[in-house]
Amino acid sequence: MQTPSILLKNVSVSYGKTKALFDTSIEIPYHTFTGVIGMNGAGKSTLFKVIMGLIKPDQGEVIVCGDDTKTAQKHGHVAYVPQTELVDWDFPISVYKVVMMGRLGSQNILKTITSVDDKYVIDALTQVNMLDFKDKQIGELSGGQKKRVFVARALAQGADILLLDEPFAGLDATSERSLIDLLVSLKEKGKTIILATHDLLSLPETCDNVALIRYTVVAHGPTKEVFTKELVSKTFDGLLHNIKFD
Amino acid sequence: MPLLDFIIEPLQYSFMFKALIVSTVVGITCAILSCFLILKGWSLLGDAISHAVLPGVVLAYMLGIPFGLGAFTFAMIAVILIGFIKSNSKIKEDAVMGIVFTTLFALGLMLISKIVSSVDLTHVLFGEVLGISTESAWYTVSILALVSAIVLIFQRVFMIFAFDPAHAQSVGLPITFIHYAFLVLLAITITGSIQTVGIILVIAMLITPGSTAFLLTKRFPVMLQIAVAISVLSSIVGTYASYYFDVATGGTIVFTQGIIFLLVFSYQKAFSPN
Repeated sequence: MQTPSILLKNVSVSYGKTKALFDTSIEIPYHTFTGVIGMNGAGKSTLFKVIMGLIKPDQGEVIVCGDDTKTAQKHGHVAYVPQTELVDWDFPISVYKVVMMGRLGSQNILKTITSVDDKYVIDALTQVNMLDFKDKQIGELSGGQKKRVFVARALAQGADILLLDEPFAGLDATSERSLIDLLVSLKEKGKTIILATHDLLSLPETCDNVALIRYTVVAHGPTKEVFTKELVSKTFDGLLHNIKFD
Repeated sequence: MPLLDFIIEPLQYSFMFKALIVSTVVGITCAILSCFLILKGWSLLGDAISHAVLPGVVLAYMLGIPFGLGAFTFAMIAVILIGFIKSNSKIKEDAVMGIVFTTLFALGLMLISKIVSSVDLTHVLFGEVLGISTESAWYTVSILALVSAIVLIFQRVFMIFAFDPAHAQSVGLPITFIHYAFLVLLAITITGSIQTVGIILVIAMLITPGSTAFLLTKRFPVMLQIAVAISVLSSIVGTYASYYFDVATGGTIVFTQGIIFLLVFSYQKAFSPN
């Protein structure tokens, strides 16, 4: 049996006295599209930070592509597409340079850019249809284009797993559809896609699996089995509007 | 007076020559750091460190050791204190900085009132580059040139640290080390700049050139070049003004930077489509 891309065993995380995640266990298979769903503050971002190795759990074990998080960082297994509001869009940096950041782990101590790095970046920008925008300042792009640039950074990194934090926030329906299509195509090319969202409308038709989070994993599995009115209602405190369940 | 004479005359005096070189190097280093500082949103931290070095300067005076050593020690005390209190309380970082730097600055004022004459106080607070000794000039120029070289060599690392530290950490960059390395370089720069512009005004050197350049470009390398150019121009104007008009060098340097900022800002408001 193949090892999962991500394996969390009994992970607990706290910020000071506040528990953000407790006794969380989850297995995410390779080459799948998983939606991590929960209310704001339910622990989705904390889950991502633990997977990326940005914070150490108080207890439990995190295995990424068969490695501990430190080794996974060195191998660049996981790439992160940040929430829109966490990025300084006025930063004087071009699309090309943002994507080049994906090559950091492969570069020398001075982070010198080589022709190999350049090739990776151009390939990544081509894959997400953003090559024509490579010299633009990052803030000059539309919401959907900005997300594509960060997906390109993940591709330039050569990451097996893409974590996307609230990728659809602020996007219009067309941009959202276009981004979903891109992510599905990447999954079909072998990437593991995990996105956190509290937007439930677009998920059932997109995700293979769903993980419902409320300070721990309430339920995880194939979308048809987990994305039920009962379980989603439990996750969202019963605050459900306009959601259709099969 | 012919332009050439206007330029050459002050440089016949060694104190003016030293002041021009030191001011220019201070300007270059502060300008380079200012680009990172404002993009990182650390302007207040620069302010905090510059005020917090005062007790270190006074204690160094009392103990007869180089004042740079005392200033650097207290700069690091401030950085560590701010980090420790922020990590171990629910007080927000800006409030922590405010408490730490005002407390240390107050300690410095208390020490000054007991042991140092008012003339020395003025020099520490507002700088006096015209009176810099050859030894101090060499020390300042060497240490700040080294800081500039380090920041420029590792500029991509520091830029990524400013833009997306989470990504940097997620691909294995030693982000805590980079964080403290930058703070050490900032502390050294502030320490080295005190004699030129003083504790009160050094923060302007660390904010204004980068902010002005930020208004003018969307490319980081260009931003660095513009900030350095503005800073060097201001240092030259400040040094010459202190010779010809007998005004404070540090004050004139900072005032010139402020005027350039306002001109750029006004130009942008008047002519920029955005």
